Amino acid sequence: MFDWLSVHRADFAAVLILLLVVAFVASIYKGVHYSILRKNDEVFGDPERTKGGWYWAVTGVSTILLLWFFFSWGMARAYFPNAANEMCQIAKIEEAISPIKARLPIGSRYYKSTILVVRNAQQLETLEENIPSAVFSASELRQIDTALAQTNSLINILSDPSKQSEDTRQALAQITADIEAIGERLDQGYDGLEVSEEGRNQPRWGVTDTEIPLIPMTARGMMFDEVSVQAKDITTAFLKLRNLPDDAKTTIASTKAILADLKDAAKDSSGWTEADVAERGRFIKALDRIFKRLDDGIIFPSEALAGVNSSIETLYDKIDDAQGSLGIVDALFFPGHGVVKSKTLCIEQGSSRWLPKPFDVVAKFGKLANPDLENGGGYKGTTLLWWKWLPIADVVDFIIPDMLVDALPGSYGTHGDDGSFMPTYKDKVLAFAQGDVYLGSIPMLDGHIWDSLFRVIVAMAFGICLGVPLGIYMGVSRFFKSFFDPMIELYRPVPPLAWAPLILTIFGIQDDGKIFLLFMVAFAIMVISARTGASGTQLSKIRASHSLGASNQQILRNVILPNALPEILTGIRIAIGVCWGTLVAAEMLAGTTGIGFIENVARTVSDYELIWVTILVMGLLGLMFDLIMRKVISITIPWRGKG
Amino acid sequence: MADLNCTDLCMTFTNPQTGDKVEALKDINFSLKKGELLSVLGPSGCGKTTLLNMIAGFINPTSGHLELGGNKIESPGVERGMVFQQGALFEWLPVSKNVDFGLRMKKMDPRESEKLVEKWLNIVGLNGFGNTPTYQLSGGMQQRVALARCLVNNPDLILMDEPLGALDALTREKMQSLILELWKETGKTIIIITHSVEEALLLGERLFVMAPRPGRIYKEYQLPFAEQGLTTSLRDIKQQEDFSTVREEILTMIWDMEEEIMGSV
Repeated sequence: MFDWLSVHRADFAAVLILLLVVAFVASIYKGVHYSILRKNDEVFGDPERTKGGWYWAVTGVSTILLLWFFFSWGMARAYFPNAANEMCQIAKIEEAISPIKARLPIGSRYYKSTILVVRNAQQLETLEENIPSAVFSASELRQIDTALAQTNSLINILSDPSKQSEDTRQALAQITADIEAIGERLDQGYDGLEVSEEGRNQPRWGVTDTEIPLIPMTARGMMFDEVSVQAKDITTAFLKLRNLPDDAKTTIASTKAILADLKDAAKDSSGWTEADVAERGRFIKALDRIFKRLDDGIIFPSEALAGVNSSIETLYDKIDDAQGSLGIVDALFFPGHGVVKSKTLCIEQGSSRWLPKPFDVVAKFGKLANPDLENGGGYKGTTLLWWKWLPIADVVDFIIPDMLVDALPGSYGTHGDDGSFMPTYKDKVLAFAQGDVYLGSIPMLDGHIWDSLFRVIVAMAFGICLGVPLGIYMGVSRFFKSFFDPMIELYRPVPPLAWAPLILTIFGIQDDGKIFLLFMVAFAIMVISARTGASGTQLSKIRASHSLGASNQQILRNVILPNALPEILTGIRIAIGVCWGTLVAAEMLAGTTGIGFIENVARTVSDYELIWVTILVMGLLGLMFDLIMRKVISITIPWRGKG
Repeated sequence: MADLNCTDLCMTFTNPQTGDKVEALKDINFSLKKGELLSVLGPSGCGKTTLLNMIAGFINPTSGHLELGGNKIESPGVERGMVFQQGALFEWLPVSKNVDFGLRMKKMDPRESEKLVEKWLNIVGLNGFGNTPTYQLSGGMQQRVALARCLVNNPDLILMDEPLGALDALTREKMQSLILELWKETGKTIIIITHSVEEALLLGERLFVMAPRPGRIYKEYQLPFAEQGLTTSLRDIKQQEDFSTVREEILTMIWDMEEEIMGSV
């Protein structure tokens, strides 16, 4: 069932996109209609004008979903399921001829030859101006001059079309003709081409890990695929070509001999100081390096390559023509750089690279949410949100510190003379406290989401239980306020994440560290909000309750606490939000479970779908927290703002 | 027995930063017999509220003595009930829980306190409002709750700090009648602080006009209007000639005091 849904995700997208378009248009119609109806009901600026308007919410939601479908290429996949495969075939041609293009203006603005000539001539000039004549003998200097002159002349020879050998000329003409020939092949169209069995049976676009099917699935694709194979051969031939006319060969040979001499001489240290020898070696090496860039024959006269360059330009025109409707689909539905072929796969290049398609995210979430760990569910051996049997002993171990047992009277057992061990009662208590005694199990939530929630909930519980009483006392007592204020103000302004490395080092990367970190966050917020709430109690209410005979404790419990409740609840709402943000970051720093952990792993492997799944899950949970708190606030303190 | 005695009462506030001293009250001497109704009037800054706060026990005088029924007043107590301008109700509690607050603090038997609450809600005219949240009540009704909350505790002395100041004219008149009725029925000693001369005349068996700098009792009146108000309608009393004579006299007096303050600026 799940697989069937997964395979047909593009079809669902097609239906959903249509519905979204209908919703978009209908809600705009409704909105405009209603706005005209109500135009004169309220003056501009009246807050009443913002009430209602669900239809605009529909417009907003469908807009964002449509944008998501568009920029993730979800629309393209829904309505043109074969387009990416065809674009992949064109990308194959692009990949095949890209080495040729890299040497031509069409691919890199200048001829590679031009760049080489200009750069080496410049470096030769610099070298010529800076000959360290003091460290060379007169005869050596003459040799250097010759070598420089010959290297210079080599550049001239290689750039001169008239000196080009006939073989090279013909070879280049052949390559130009070949490229033109594949262009003409494209002109002939793809009638009669049959899609291979293998091509037909490929998984569809985006269903498996290989995003775009590689083997052509359409006749048009077959044509491009065929041309790409030929283009590859042309490229191989082009890359083998060398421009080494006879003149050049003689110059190269004699220069090589001179440079070899000079190199030998540079190694000879007699009569020169150590610094001099180093200087000689350095200069000769620099000269040799320039020469070696020129002697491999990849510099061609610019005129000689013009033909190849223009033939490739023509080829691109032919590809454009041969694409036909595909070109329009590409321009309209594939924002970004389209499909790129690299080595063994075709990848999406553009916004869809980092923005996964909506249904891919859903499928990924489905996979993650599957509690069946053996069959690829969950993530890294933990479910997303499920339940398990939790041994009560583990809870006991967590709650009772071993030190408590140490403090008991009596002593732990030792082994007897015969090597036997009789546990004392203290040993037994210790075993209990350490969770070594089976006490049965209780069902407990489990999974990455629960781990994250658990940390927040526990930290919040501690933060509220300790923070609220302290905050209330700080709101009413000069001692409490002045004594604790500096302590809290000392650590509170530090961003929680700045504490994280320290806390995680001290408490470990398991739950304890994160809970303590979150506790610090929640505690400060709860103290401050409870304090604000307590100190904000109207004096007349306090006086009234004194006059009614209430004791200090009664006033604290019956007047100041309820009066501070709105502030406390707002504090809880804020604290949960901040804790949630801090937790995710802390889980990214260290740990083996939790939503932040998943996202961090997804980041390291560039799994964009997983990153988006975690982002959406975190957003939804954050929203859930806030909605719950809003509901709690409106139920528990209906008097808020009305006192 | 429950007489309020006030001897040589002085209150001086010191500004902690500048050390400046302000004499809020100086040499106040008066005594109030049980069941008397006293209204206190004066321009702002004459120390009316300070006097009331001292009687309530919220602040202690710099010098002098305050005694209620022979006991020195040092801290707030149940025998002195207080009604504030804004009600100072506990908005998180419904009306009945507000009213029985003092009883709950005393840990009175809930069944007994329930009866008392019902009785007092009846008297102040809030029958059936027991479960209404206080923030849903109008200003006048809130003040009725405050009165009931104070009275249910059965205090010897009721202190009212501009209790009707925030109400509209019509509600105010009704509340004035209510206060007079309560005074008659319960026979409690009541001190009312007010800004309104008419109100002070109507609700004051005795009336102190206070003057500022230093705060002192400038003039004392014995008035018949409160007694009349128990039988005659308040509007008729306001029409009487001697009522308007006293009103004009006091208005001129306060006007002159205000002039003096303004003039000295």
